[in-house]
Amino acid sequence: MEARLQELKNEALGKIQAAQTVKELTDVRVAYLGKKGPITDVLKGMGKLPAEERPKMGALANEVRAEVTESLDAHMVILEEQAINEKLQSETIDISLPGRPAKAGNPHPLTRVVEEIEDLFLSMGYEIAEGPEVEKDYYNFEALNLPKGHPARDMQDSFYITEDILLRTHTSPVQARTMEAKGGEPIKIICPGKVYRRDNDDATHSHQFTQIEGLVVGEDIRMSDLKGTLSVFAKKMFGEEREIRLRPSFFPFTEPSVEMDISCFKCGGSGCNVCKKTGWIEILGAGMVHPNVLEMAGYDSKRLTGFAFGMGPERIAMLKYGIEDIRHFYTNDVRFLTQFQRTEL
Amino acid sequence: MLVSTKWLKEYVNTQELPPAELGEKITRAGIEVDAVIDRSEGLANLVVGYVTECVKHPEADKLSICQVDVGGGEIDQIICGAPNIAKGQSVIVARPGAKLPGGMKIKKAKLRGEVSNGMICSLQELGIESKLVPKSYAEGIYVLPEQAEPGTDVLSYLDLDDTVLELGLTPNRADAMSMLGVAYEVGAILEEDVRLPEIDYPEAAERAESLLSLEVDAPEANPLYVAKVVRNIQVKESPLWLQQRLMAAGVRPHNNVVDVTNYVLMEYGQPLHAFDYDSLGSGNITVRQAKEGEKITTLDDTERTLSAHQLVITNGTDPVALAGVMGGANSEVSDETTTVVIESAYFAADSVRRTSKDHNLRSDASSRFEKGVDPNRVIPAAERAAQLLAQLAGGEVLAGSLVSDHLDKQERIVKVSPDFINSRLGMKIRLEDMLDILSRLKFKTEAANNQLIIEVPTRRQDIQIEEDVVEEIARLYGYDEIPATLPRTDATSGGLSPYQAKRRIARHFLEGAGLLQATTYSLTSEAAATQFALEPTETTRLLMPMSEERSILRQSLLPHLLESLSYNTARRTDSAALYETGAVFLKGQDELLDEQEHLAIVMTGLWIDHSWQGEKKAVDFFVAKGIVEGLADKLGLELSFERGEMDGLHPGRTAFILLDGKRIGVIGALHPSEQKKRDLKETIVVELNLETLLARETEALVYTQVSRYPTISRDVALVLSKIVEAQTIEGVIRKAGGKLLKDVRVFDLYEGERMEEGKKSLAFSLKYFDPEKTLTDEEVNAVHEKIIHALTESGAELR
Repeated sequence: MEARLQELKNEALGKIQAAQTVKELTDVRVAYLGKKGPITDVLKGMGKLPAEERPKMGALANEVRAEVTESLDAHMVILEEQAINEKLQSETIDISLPGRPAKAGNPHPLTRVVEEIEDLFLSMGYEIAEGPEVEKDYYNFEALNLPKGHPARDMQDSFYITEDILLRTHTSPVQARTMEAKGGEPIKIICPGKVYRRDNDDATHSHQFTQIEGLVVGEDIRMSDLKGTLSVFAKKMFGEEREIRLRPSFFPFTEPSVEMDISCFKCGGSGCNVCKKTGWIEILGAGMVHPNVLEMAGYDSKRLTGFAFGMGPERIAMLKYGIEDIRHFYTNDVRFLTQFQRTEL
Repeated sequence: MLVSTKWLKEYVNTQELPPAELGEKITRAGIEVDAVIDRSEGLANLVVGYVTECVKHPEADKLSICQVDVGGGEIDQIICGAPNIAKGQSVIVARPGAKLPGGMKIKKAKLRGEVSNGMICSLQELGIESKLVPKSYAEGIYVLPEQAEPGTDVLSYLDLDDTVLELGLTPNRADAMSMLGVAYEVGAILEEDVRLPEIDYPEAAERAESLLSLEVDAPEANPLYVAKVVRNIQVKESPLWLQQRLMAAGVRPHNNVVDVTNYVLMEYGQPLHAFDYDSLGSGNITVRQAKEGEKITTLDDTERTLSAHQLVITNGTDPVALAGVMGGANSEVSDETTTVVIESAYFAADSVRRTSKDHNLRSDASSRFEKGVDPNRVIPAAERAAQLLAQLAGGEVLAGSLVSDHLDKQERIVKVSPDFINSRLGMKIRLEDMLDILSRLKFKTEAANNQLIIEVPTRRQDIQIEEDVVEEIARLYGYDEIPATLPRTDATSGGLSPYQAKRRIARHFLEGAGLLQATTYSLTSEAAATQFALEPTETTRLLMPMSEERSILRQSLLPHLLESLSYNTARRTDSAALYETGAVFLKGQDELLDEQEHLAIVMTGLWIDHSWQGEKKAVDFFVAKGIVEGLADKLGLELSFERGEMDGLHPGRTAFILLDGKRIGVIGALHPSEQKKRDLKETIVVELNLETLLARETEALVYTQVSRYPTISRDVALVLSKIVEAQTIEGVIRKAGGKLLKDVRVFDLYEGERMEEGKKSLAFSLKYFDPEKTLTDEEVNAVHEKIIHALTESGAELR
């Protein structure tokens, strides 16, 4: 009987080692340790043994059972792990396949430029003023020191609807309206919007385009304040290392009037195709609000002064992103629009 | 304005500055130099030649064989194709090795068997624009007006060793529309004095009045008129230097008389006119308003009909010139002219501008009168012209002038305090620096009692108020010297208005939902102006449109957005989803239009394109509807949808969008015929009155406690007539469900062949909930039964 137990043990241990899968091993467990298994059979035959041998045989049988169980459990762990590994292996995916695209649109490049400028001035305490695109001649010209008969308000250059109503040629009428509405109070505004001029559309001209203007009116506003404000703007928009320079110019609604150049952001000032070899790029027009403009709006030009500036987001976007044709802004080619998706921060 | 730097040196010392550097200084001081043009660019090895012999080429009719003395005792044979070549001419020769503009190099060549050692040049070949070449040489070579030493370098002889500055003048700087004006500007920048031309000429004993009488009937439009008479002149070609200066200034030389008037125009900025005295026929000049319907043929051979507000110069009866704009053909100076009348006058800017505009005729003269000429240069310019005619045309200047003078030539006085200047600039410029700048500008200034009393020369019509002086001081002191400060206004809060903030929220939502922002034109065609308009009104048309395509203001954003879609699909971008916010223009009560800000969406092609995982979905009505609903949620608004129809949209797939029962938008599929016309596949459009949407004040957001009691779900599947709308059934369910019914949602729709004809199956998922307690089955069943009862009552069949 002892020999039979030893034999069974060796047989079981051999089968355990030979088992390749969890199922095979489970079969071994059932076969050797189950209620109908040979070890149980051996133990059932113990009754035939002499009483003194029973404890010894019982102990031996339990020993064999324990040894087989232990081996089986140990091997089970290995096989289970192997089974999991195989499953994982079969579940492996090609991580290089493309993801499900998240839906994402983006703003028009002009909105992008305008919002960037708006945000900068909002952070400096400005408000955003808006006004009608179909405007009265008075606000578009007369209130801005462009009396009737002034060459700059030629019928040829503007889209008139009647003698006195036209599509605004700049966003300045919003300034005139704001001043009139504020009744002598200080002002800090930014006026973005669409404007219209009688130009034939080509790579650099558009009968419809956008402008963004700024106006500050208050006590003791000086030209140095204009320069400081424009300098903050230039650095924020075009990079901290930008220098600005002012050149005298002429606008009927400002005196003195200036044009602002920034040091070229492409070459840094050494001269390239963007700055036409000059090192400087013309960005905007500005000046101190003409006393006639202040007086027309009911401001005492002796007490309050102001500055104004204006620029074209199209030009800024074209310079900034290297866009070669202004018509791209209005044809809405998806291949154009989607390029303005990512941040530049 | 084109400024020859070589000519400029006659009036002011330019300190041998390289032209580009001089240009930069001028730009920085306020007059933008648009271009620096080297007149000798691309030219080399050009010499004066003398044609000693000229015979026809035996083999070619149009060619001549010339023997040309090119200096140093050398005679070269040159073949010339110009019709005007002749023996005895001094000409421009490009010898072998010479360079001409455009990179052309001259080599020794053989032309029909004859050797040619170079080329005899026209002015065009030297890079001079055709429109500036004197008419007599337009078709051939240029013949030098005077004999010149063969071998002389052409560049210096023709003054082509010159650089021209092209000034981009702003309208206020009319003073710089003359060489003298530019000289004053350069003088102020470089701290140099200006040398005026010395005027000195012999006068005849006889007085001008003996030949001519003058009458000015319109002293307001013509406050100053000066006429001088020069006789015994010989009309011929001008000397080379004069021709070259005019060409450098962009003026075509004609003959010595015309050239002198143009030269003085360029020099003084004072337009002059020369009449042929004999053609006047009357010995009289009368300036008067035109008679209505009167006619004149101007120098450009155009007959013009005049109006009463236009000013004319007459010979006492008939017009001989359109005052300040252009002379008349009937009194033009010709080769036969021997006596001329020189007119120098001051014509009122308004009058000239109006006349020039009426006739759509702009001239060098009118462009100067329109901006106002210097009252104190009218008389000197007449004198200068007389002097030059005496010098260059052998003329005899009659003594005195005929003058009608009502013009105020007084210098304007502008008073400004140094403190005012510094406070406007935010600077601390010293008084002596201010005085220095004013003296450089040649503004006579007195400083007294903290006040600068400035006598502004009449050439500077633009200096009128204190601020103008501020600019003069600042621009010459240097804008670089202005410090950079920030406004010291009382702190303003600034920020976006609620409307502006919500518009940004709306935009960001739409972009997050996958739409690209587009921008289209406001002007459109008559046909497109009201298509898809929510509330079409009478259209608004421009007085002078540039094209029919851009003649009317739009009343809907959709037509142009759809054009953008077609543009994209034509370029193989088959899927696109765009949105735009912008104004539409409706006729309103006011004289201004009723401008409303709208939002429009267009989408076509695939909405989801993830085909390798089997996901692909074309745009449809519900994709767009979901975006509109999402936007409404974002803005805290409740919108409803009502089946409707609109031209151009699919009659079964269109709905109006309502806010509080008021129609504020439309959503729909493009009509198949419209799709075909625009070459689009299934396309969905939305247009909303954004203004109404954003103007609504949104309620404050208050949190609802998250309940610890569970929600219980029940489904109900119904068989309905196809025409019954889901929202109707939802209404029945909600009404019957009462308080405990928390949510109703469609989860299935079946319209397939297993359904009876005209029927559909619609399944709803209902959620029951009581915030106070856990609902029991009995409680839920009771409500659910009630709902089912209401549904069957309404004609729905339980499935």
